[in-house]
Amino acid sequence: MNVWTMALALVAVGAPGAVMAQDANLARNLAATCANCHGTNGQARGEMKTLAGVPADKIVSMVADFKSGAQPATIMHQISKGYTDEQIKLVAAFFAAQPAKK
Amino acid sequence: MNKISNRFDFSRRRVLTTGMALGGFGVIGLAGCATGQGAGPSIGRVVVVGGGFGGATAARYLRLWGGNIDVTLVERNPQFISCPMSNLVVGGYKQMADITRGYDSLKALGVKVVQGDVTAIDAAAKKVRLAGGTELAYDRLIVSPGIDFMNEQIGGLAAALDSGRVVHGWKAGPQTVALRKQLMDLPDGGVFAISIPKVPYRCPPGPYERACMVAAYFKEAKPRSKVLVLDANPEIQSKKALFERAFAQHYKGILEYRPNAELKEVAGSVAKLEFEDVKADVLNVVPPQRAADLARSAGLININSRWVGVNWLTMESTAVPGVHVLGDATFPAPQMPKSGHMANQHAKVAAAAVIQLLKGEAVSATPVVMNTCYSFVTAKDVIHVTSVHQYDAIDKTFKVAPGSSGVSAGANQIEGRYALSWADNIWSDMLG
Repeated sequence: MNVWTMALALVAVGAPGAVMAQDANLARNLAATCANCHGTNGQARGEMKTLAGVPADKIVSMVADFKSGAQPATIMHQISKGYTDEQIKLVAAFFAAQPAKK
Repeated sequence: MNKISNRFDFSRRRVLTTGMALGGFGVIGLAGCATGQGAGPSIGRVVVVGGGFGGATAARYLRLWGGNIDVTLVERNPQFISCPMSNLVVGGYKQMADITRGYDSLKALGVKVVQGDVTAIDAAAKKVRLAGGTELAYDRLIVSPGIDFMNEQIGGLAAALDSGRVVHGWKAGPQTVALRKQLMDLPDGGVFAISIPKVPYRCPPGPYERACMVAAYFKEAKPRSKVLVLDANPEIQSKKALFERAFAQHYKGILEYRPNAELKEVAGSVAKLEFEDVKADVLNVVPPQRAADLARSAGLININSRWVGVNWLTMESTAVPGVHVLGDATFPAPQMPKSGHMANQHAKVAAAAVIQLLKGEAVSATPVVMNTCYSFVTAKDVIHVTSVHQYDAIDKTFKVAPGSSGVSAGANQIEGRYALSWADNIWSDMLG
């Protein structure tokens, strides 16, 4: 229960930046939300785009283009709007650090 | 950018360490290597009950992220059979083998896979009992039990399902095969009716996709046959405009949709609604649903006598401490669908939290989950619905991020290919 109380306390402080800075697994956890389509750790199968090993700035700019509509998409124009720019930067850095193939 | 770089380095270090631990070359040393997996003492024992989208994903990510952690997965079936894509089998466009995967890769990752039925959870003693008497002790329990049916709400339904005369096809496996066989045996000119329960139920777009798949089969093979969609709801519950367009564009004269058509009783081949009787040669009833029997017997059901309340930061039950519950069995956050995709996302939140709880660390305060559901409206044309759900610390629930919720512009074949790739990727993400 101590851990739980601590987590609540962090939330209660209310500064998202402060919470995120203390969450060492945040990038990993956020990137895992992409794995259903883009494969575990971004190592995609079939027609989905592999994100593992893609430079972080490239991922960030791709997502920005999906968000703005500059890059047309079937679904990423919607999904990209669900993440903050800060979250996208974390996700991009995580994927960039993964080996392209298992 | 400096901040980002630091995080990036930290992530990479952590991943390398995990990778080495899994490979057996851990830097911590071999003392306490009791499990034979990885190095260092085990951080704890986790039992996962249910090897579907939620449970299998949780077991896999506990091993991927947890390093030296004892994970036992209990599943009653020898293989995983996917509900998503099973409507393609119903329509005759895929075979059962295409939607079936084994648990071998999970075993290779160090998950102990036990085929069996959990009959009881003793949360006080922290152990589960299996049919046959085996007991498994745990430090944390993850239950992904799925749904069971409230057949008692529809007169004659339990007996009709028992006899095999009526099928539900809402748990992929023998029921999927039985439904396909009934459709193949149906003479041209016959009537297929599907009854849809009031929301909430597993896979909101699923019944409408199934209606499309059966209609597509009839259009090709039995053009004088009809599809009757008997919906207890006042309108189509997911991707409404897109399904309406598909019904009109592809299945005019074959498929008839009836809203507010709640099934009251099944009598032989007759579906009795409030004001009329409908005769069907193949009657497919998707029954009303609740969290599965195990959730009920374990005292986990605490919302509307149907669903399991959870703490969204950990997926821990609000009724029984130490038991984390995933997937369709949970009482959802606003606009959170009961889908395999969402169960997979629940599982990752739970896996991350359980590992930190076992280590005595704070759990993540800012989890995110997202959903994508693809539906086939023809053998090749697909539509999607998607949403991203960010945790709201004030209301302690997930909320849909503005702008992230949406559907396809129209049915298209590109998404048909993506849908098949989605299945390939998510099955691999959960099972390895």
